[in-house]
Amino acid sequence: MTVNEIVRALNLQVIAGAGTLNREITGGYSADLLSCVMARAKAGNVWVTLQAHPNVLAVAVLLELAAVIVSEGAPIPDEVKAKADAENLALLATPHTTFWVVSELARLGVQAQE
Amino acid sequence: MPDQEITRVQKLDFRVGQVMSRNVITVTPGAPLTELKEIMRVNRISGVPVVNEDGDLVGLISIEDLFRAYEDGAFHEFVGGRMSTSLITVQEADSVDAAMQKFQQTGVGRLPVLNAWGDLVGMLTKGDITRGLLREIQMDTQDEEICRYRASHIFRDVESDDTSLILRYKIPPLDFTHGGEASSKVKHALTRLGADMQIVRRAAIASYEAEMNLIIHADHGGLITAKVDASQVTLTIEDDGPGIADVKRALEEPGYTTTPPEIRAMGFGGGMGLKNIRKCADTMKLESEVGRGTKLEISLRLHSREAPGQKR
Repeated sequence: MTVNEIVRALNLQVIAGAGTLNREITGGYSADLLSCVMARAKAGNVWVTLQAHPNVLAVAVLLELAAVIVSEGAPIPDEVKAKADAENLALLATPHTTFWVVSELARLGVQAQE
Repeated sequence: MPDQEITRVQKLDFRVGQVMSRNVITVTPGAPLTELKEIMRVNRISGVPVVNEDGDLVGLISIEDLFRAYEDGAFHEFVGGRMSTSLITVQEADSVDAAMQKFQQTGVGRLPVLNAWGDLVGMLTKGDITRGLLREIQMDTQDEEICRYRASHIFRDVESDDTSLILRYKIPPLDFTHGGEASSKVKHALTRLGADMQIVRRAAIASYEAEMNLIIHADHGGLITAKVDASQVTLTIEDDGPGIADVKRALEEPGYTTTPPEIRAMGFGGGMGLKNIRKCADTMKLESEVGRGTKLEISLRLHSREAPGQKR
């Protein structure tokens, strides 16, 4: 499944990284504590979080995540958008809760990689 | 998808002249259709530009025109009576992006390419553009592979009794915006140097946690030094204060943190950083003194623990 398929199925807003939507997704992860993400998210995962500051991108890039979905309509600063574009990272947004996003992803077949 | 391809083409600043086919086969208006059919069959092409005796482009004739002539029972006729004369052309110096738009707007399958003086210098199909793009992408990949090859052979190419590469990164305090960039550079360097992907990943995670610790806690920021030699990478993370009051708790007690609440609200300071580092590193040494500073030294072997065939 590609990032683009998720964007369409969940009607997500593409905030940045529109050129990377054909990336394949290997699984999903969700947490708002960055150290947890560092410890457990895997390359190619889609990460659901309500954090939207520049360091979220640093984590996503270091881990080579496929996409970050910012939930609950959390405001995303312009510098974060610009940085995501520069790093070629798909940054997606939704007004829905993290739980909603995760359950929809699970319904589409995106799995945890523990 | 097409939009993304166009963006990529724009980024490459491709010109029509770089991707077009140069060996153009032409016919004259006086050529019989039977001859044209043979030219198309032998050269496996589906469209041919028509030029007059002076070499000027006067038309274009395609396999569809041939089919139509066949249906009309007009196969004995000549190219001049069956060619299309409403010419859509591109310039050699036009961007490939502009040519793609012309393909999309007009629906034609091939475009004659003219130079600044109006001479026919080539033909362009969508296939030419695709091949040009693939060539360019391959070249990008090759460049990266060459860089990687050179870097990964540095320890063999440079002779000494003990070669190592030292990378230093200064980390300013509370600079969350650039937090993680040093670790990203360490990761890139190790990848270039040919380290195993899993090990690069562990090094990046350990380095990131240490980098964020400097940003969050160190009074004046700190310094990350990565020493890479043929067999391992050693990361030294140093600062000059405030120092960790209870090193044992910081290292061992899950969830123990001294991070202020406003920084914890950003998702930092879960009391996991040092534990993550310990999980990623092969060796770890932490020295800290309140009022003096902290020095963390970790190392990772760059190649898999055991050679194939050894015990697991």
